[in-house]
Amino acid sequence: MENNLIVTSSPHITDNSSTRKLMGQVILALVPAFAASVLIFGTDALLLTGVTTAACVGFEFLYCLLMKKEQTVGDLSAVVTGLLLAFNLPSTLPLWIALIGAFIAIVVVKQLFGGIGCNFANPAIVARIVLAASFTGRMTKYAFPSSYAGVDALAGATPLAADLQAGNVPFLDLLLGTHGGVLGETCALALILGGVYLIVTKVISPVIPCVYLGGYFILHFLYQFFSTFTPGATFMQNFIYAVNYSGDFAQLAAAQLLSGGILLGAFFMATDYVTSPFTVKGKWVFGIGLAIITFAIRVFGTSAEGVSFAILFMNLLVPYINNLTRQKPLGGKK
Amino acid sequence: MSIFKSFKRSALGAAVPHYKNTADMTTEKLPLPAKLIVPMQMHIGAPCTPCVKKGDAVLVGSVIGKAGGFVSADIHSGVSGVVDGIETRMFPNGSNVACVVITPDGNQTVSEDVKPPVVTDHESFVAAIRASGLVGLGGAGFPTAVKLSPKDLSAIDTLLINGAECEPYITADAREFAEHPEDVMSGIEAVQKYLGIKNVIIGIERNKPEAIDIMLSLTKNVQNVSVKPLESRYPQGAEKILIERCTGREVPQGGLPSDIGVIVMNVASVAFVSKYLKTGMPLVTKRLTVDGDIVKEPKNVEAIIGTPYVELINFCGGLTAPLGKLIMGGPMMGTAAMSMEFPVLKQNNALLAFSLAKAELAKPGSCIRCGRCINGCPMGLSPVEIAGAFTKGNVEALNVLKTDLCMECGTCSFVCPAKRPVTQTMRLAKAMQRNGGKK
Repeated sequence: MENNLIVTSSPHITDNSSTRKLMGQVILALVPAFAASVLIFGTDALLLTGVTTAACVGFEFLYCLLMKKEQTVGDLSAVVTGLLLAFNLPSTLPLWIALIGAFIAIVVVKQLFGGIGCNFANPAIVARIVLAASFTGRMTKYAFPSSYAGVDALAGATPLAADLQAGNVPFLDLLLGTHGGVLGETCALALILGGVYLIVTKVISPVIPCVYLGGYFILHFLYQFFSTFTPGATFMQNFIYAVNYSGDFAQLAAAQLLSGGILLGAFFMATDYVTSPFTVKGKWVFGIGLAIITFAIRVFGTSAEGVSFAILFMNLLVPYINNLTRQKPLGGKK
Repeated sequence: MSIFKSFKRSALGAAVPHYKNTADMTTEKLPLPAKLIVPMQMHIGAPCTPCVKKGDAVLVGSVIGKAGGFVSADIHSGVSGVVDGIETRMFPNGSNVACVVITPDGNQTVSEDVKPPVVTDHESFVAAIRASGLVGLGGAGFPTAVKLSPKDLSAIDTLLINGAECEPYITADAREFAEHPEDVMSGIEAVQKYLGIKNVIIGIERNKPEAIDIMLSLTKNVQNVSVKPLESRYPQGAEKILIERCTGREVPQGGLPSDIGVIVMNVASVAFVSKYLKTGMPLVTKRLTVDGDIVKEPKNVEAIIGTPYVELINFCGGLTAPLGKLIMGGPMMGTAAMSMEFPVLKQNNALLAFSLAKAELAKPGSCIRCGRCINGCPMGLSPVEIAGAFTKGNVEALNVLKTDLCMECGTCSFVCPAKRPVTQTMRLAKAMQRNGGKK
């Protein structure tokens, strides 16, 4: 008996976390948004999500098999990618295009760079951007839920594209997701629910979503605030005029947060471990960068890909952010 | 406040389980062992030279190993009996250490040398501590006489008593507070007096409310001695962390606590000082927590240093399942022993027996770069990046990342969801940094 003792170096215990459990929690957090998308967009959503998820898992399985790598399907990260990919696609998308997306996400972005933990950018985001650039028309052919007809202001356009006016922001529709858009982004309530679950269970740090969303709100508010300034009046007159309308500006900024992909991006895509900075300081920088880029693209740009490009761009900066935002070790000398 | 603190350093540590199963168990004296195996290396520093030979008669308190240098500590016999010989045993770190093997005669005759020391000033105090063979009993085993002779004694203004005991299972220090609080107090008084230290802070983790209550009531009317309850989060008891939590000071990289005016002593060490000044009995016994998932009756035992582990296990009712791993110390920083025949060392404070299932560590997967090791690291290091630099053999990056600050507390491995052996990699990276690039 004595000769068979296990001898390893310390520590001799670990906590009960695992990659699979973390991914499982992300999947659980995505369930409300998934359920909402099926309710809103019907069986198309169910089919599309099923296809992307199965394709992502299948591609990962085949890649590991062909490359004689250790099988990593069990860590469930491919399932997360598949779900997020589907959430970034319109329900009308032909399934073969979704398959291309899954291939790009899993094989090109993830596995060719070394598999889990080595991808340079969020696989689902890159897949979405590639598809949007290649199939622009099909990628923006949003289905409009039938219950949606009642809201005139948004007819025929996603809330982001519609010219919203303060006072007629359809907050209920935005929260429930009964408006046009890609699968997973429409129902703000479901996304917030999932995001809060991830934060409460400490799967993700609250810093990136809070800084991103908060930063975007402030930027959009300030932009509207200063847009009202006219050269003829003094600063004080301009200021007082703008303050009178600040309630409207806040409403419109809030509408911006509830529409488009920013909630999905902030809670589920920007918080991807591999492609976001390590430290709290780094996460602040990351969140602020996301807010500025998203704001710039949404307000000054013409592309519908504000959130995707912001996340992709900041993903690429992560190694530099990590280098510049390291913690100061206890007693560390300069 | 914490938002600004986390900007500088998250240093969350780890929420390790407590498992303080033996917290209420009074220390029981272990019967005399059949054989005593006393290694000549039970401290940081030069090994001792055996000063007895086969056939010599020894008494309780006789010196059997002479300190091998300034940073070293004499070793004494805990039994009266006859020396069987000097044997070489392999330590878990792979080094071979000479051990004096003694067969007890059962009489426990005490040596004439055992008498209360005459102490009048700092010099005679340190000489007495040196003669007692005391080393840091918290686990590190640094010779106390060396610690109590800092370069600049006048710069020391704070004595920190480490009663954090942040490792799971171990309750040996908690029992010291519960059973001998007056020794703790008079030990503090002696160190304070002979070293001229003004302030004393006793740090105790909040998961030991009994110890906190006892010390609060004993220090109520004592000036300049305070009790600091600490958050129950590993590793509060790591020296540098304890200093930062209790005084706000940071031990500089490559420096010692005395550089910032602090001396840290484990509670059992300081209580021993008091006992030694009273009786002159050198360090020959040690309290250990014997626990683990397959120990039949977990206990706190007082064992003679050199007693083989198997006797402790048998005293605790034996094992309920085949032994997978035997750990000397806590599960976070303790060392896995290679055999049940290995003896109790001065710096041991626990003996844990794990079943095969509990000893088995999960298979490591790929790093998912979640950053939990960074947020957990109490020193604010970046284990994931250090591991990357290690893999590439990039010594320059290891220097930039201050790899040498790692104290191997195990937090990074504990929290890793991919179950990677991060701490082990840190050890290798430290060695690579020291050797300038060789793995």
